[in-house]
Amino acid sequence: MYVYTQYDQQLLNERVAQYRGQTERYLSGELSDEEFLALRLQNGLYVQRHAPMLRVAVPYGTLNSQQVRTLAKIARDYDKGYAHVSTRQNFQFNWPALELVPDILQQLADVQMHAIQTSGNCIRNVTTDQFAGVARDEREDPRPYCEIIRQWSTFHPEFAYLPRKFKIAVCAADEDRAAMKFHDIGVEITAGQSGETTFSIWAGGGLGRTPMVAEKITEGLEPRYLLSYLEAILRVYNRYGRRDNKYKARIKILVKALGVAEFREKVEAEWQHLKDTEMDLPAAEIELMKSYFQPPAYQALADDPDSLQAMRQQDAGFSVWLNQNCQPHKQAGYMAVNLSLKSTGQAPGDLSDDALNAIADLADEFSFGEVRTTHKQNMVLPDVRQDQLYDLWQKLKTLGFATANIGCLTDIICCPGGEFCSLANAKSIPVAEEIQRRFDNLDYLYDLGDIELNISGCMNACGHHHIGNIGILGVDKKGEEFYQITLGGNSGLNANIGKIVGPSFAENDVTDAVAKVIDVFVESRIEGESFLSTYERIGIQPFKERIYGQ
Amino acid sequence: MANNIIKDGAITTDSFVIVETADQFPAEGHVLISLDLWPELKAQFNPEKHSLGIKVSGDAELESFQDLLSVAAMVAIEFPVFRDGRGYSLARLVRERAGFKGELRAMGDVLRDQLFYLKRCGFTSFAVREDRSLEDALQGLTDFSVTYQADCAEPRPIYQRRP
Repeated sequence: MYVYTQYDQQLLNERVAQYRGQTERYLSGELSDEEFLALRLQNGLYVQRHAPMLRVAVPYGTLNSQQVRTLAKIARDYDKGYAHVSTRQNFQFNWPALELVPDILQQLADVQMHAIQTSGNCIRNVTTDQFAGVARDEREDPRPYCEIIRQWSTFHPEFAYLPRKFKIAVCAADEDRAAMKFHDIGVEITAGQSGETTFSIWAGGGLGRTPMVAEKITEGLEPRYLLSYLEAILRVYNRYGRRDNKYKARIKILVKALGVAEFREKVEAEWQHLKDTEMDLPAAEIELMKSYFQPPAYQALADDPDSLQAMRQQDAGFSVWLNQNCQPHKQAGYMAVNLSLKSTGQAPGDLSDDALNAIADLADEFSFGEVRTTHKQNMVLPDVRQDQLYDLWQKLKTLGFATANIGCLTDIICCPGGEFCSLANAKSIPVAEEIQRRFDNLDYLYDLGDIELNISGCMNACGHHHIGNIGILGVDKKGEEFYQITLGGNSGLNANIGKIVGPSFAENDVTDAVAKVIDVFVESRIEGESFLSTYERIGIQPFKERIYGQ
Repeated sequence: MANNIIKDGAITTDSFVIVETADQFPAEGHVLISLDLWPELKAQFNPEKHSLGIKVSGDAELESFQDLLSVAAMVAIEFPVFRDGRGYSLARLVRERAGFKGELRAMGDVLRDQLFYLKRCGFTSFAVREDRSLEDALQGLTDFSVTYQADCAEPRPIYQRRP
């Protein structure tokens, strides 16, 4: 992974000093609430229902074990002993004291971490595939480009006060595991005619109140032009994005209002001035960044060794977990392992300090000291030897991370919801738990196959409800919490926004409605069909009829 | 009464006077005129006696005042609220696209914590909001000693100047 140079470290140390000063000036009354708001938000500090919430950046979801131990220490010393993995691969702490945040930042800086631009109207943490560098279906490792984008976007002087937040995701594989088309910019690494690296740039995707799939702005872009092209898009957005209404301020609204052709024209006109200047990325810089992401010291091993085959036959539970939670790897003899943070009764994505320390130990023992966070709020050990999987599985079982439900109905993406978040209209974690309890038969879950179920406690869509195959949205109806169900969302390359099935449900009726949706699927599916395929074939009507009894 | 501003990294007295009507036009000296009022006031402008500052809002198009840049000694960009970031992009266009070499001033809701970004985008003077201390704001110019991107002071991004 990327290792900070002296230069990077200095920037971070100066940032901690700056933020410490800003906090002191706020506490002394010199800075108004409104002025400090913009400053603390650029540092990931929200003031929430019970206490401030601090969001720590995990650049493109990659952590080393030392960083995980620091997160554990912060959870223990400054929080109530737990942390939360967000849908943008970041970590959140829900109980830090505002005046102690500079101390937390110093501890983070000591392990090359920070909270820079994790909220506020600026360029946020860049995200990518949790299997970057190890996925079999990957054309190229996206992480060197993610780091290039990270440095370019960190304290960019022109883009600190954008009309609204701005999120970039990079996708380099056949399957889009980063939901690229639902980002303000999606960078798709493609192969040119002779196999050389090129990029397609997508813009204007997003969730929230007005969900939209991104439009392709250009294709065949040479790597040296990556940053000049991004800069051109950001400049057009900064100048012309709406600032009069925060709900219409995202770039998706600008792309829609201008139309993709005119938006593209403006970007290209701006880009003509920025390309072929010192902004061009030299090949040597790309090579330098690639040098940080060289594969670890893999052993020469064969796939599916005898010991693995034996344990698979001996232990059915292991075999099921292997199928469900382990991902094929580029390197023979290795697999990437999902740690499910979705056992029933555990708030999706929550981890205790002890659990974090245990994960750090497992990373050291089994995966070259590296661990990933995923946008589905799980964690991944990217480089595990297949002949050590059984050993790892037993340890994960003890820790409660071996629930073999990755990709299943109970692998729910869920925001913190109304119990924690001051924006939310409704609770979300209890709804997730209720669904997990109802569908607790693993054999039945596997029979259902891959189904993405996502829950958001409000229109801001932090739980990505629009792109869940089944989406649940908390809404407020005259002070009471209700839930709207959408069907058919798809976060992948065939991106699609779910359709509302009908009137919303009271909390007690949500799980019944989900069960009816599943019944319709089970009765209608043709052998081997996924939920999404069935839905696409039969449409929303049969689901509607069953749910509302027409 | 003249106000103090930050200019070229030091506190100094503002030499420009704001002119909004024809009878405010001084016989000589530095005049700051809003782009909207320029058509009606320009008759009184005498390049031998006056030095021109032109004030624009952050959403102005560069083309709408580009032809004045050869005459103007100063361009002032107005920030209605500090969170309105359009002025940053406009400043870079004035510097990098139009090649303006004169004074570039940030006016309006200009505060210490934005000064470092503003400076990097090409601003050389800052009319800090009246209720704030200039001495304090000055410190904002030196928050960081390292940067990743190209800017108006350093045309090479980090990847063109790695040691």
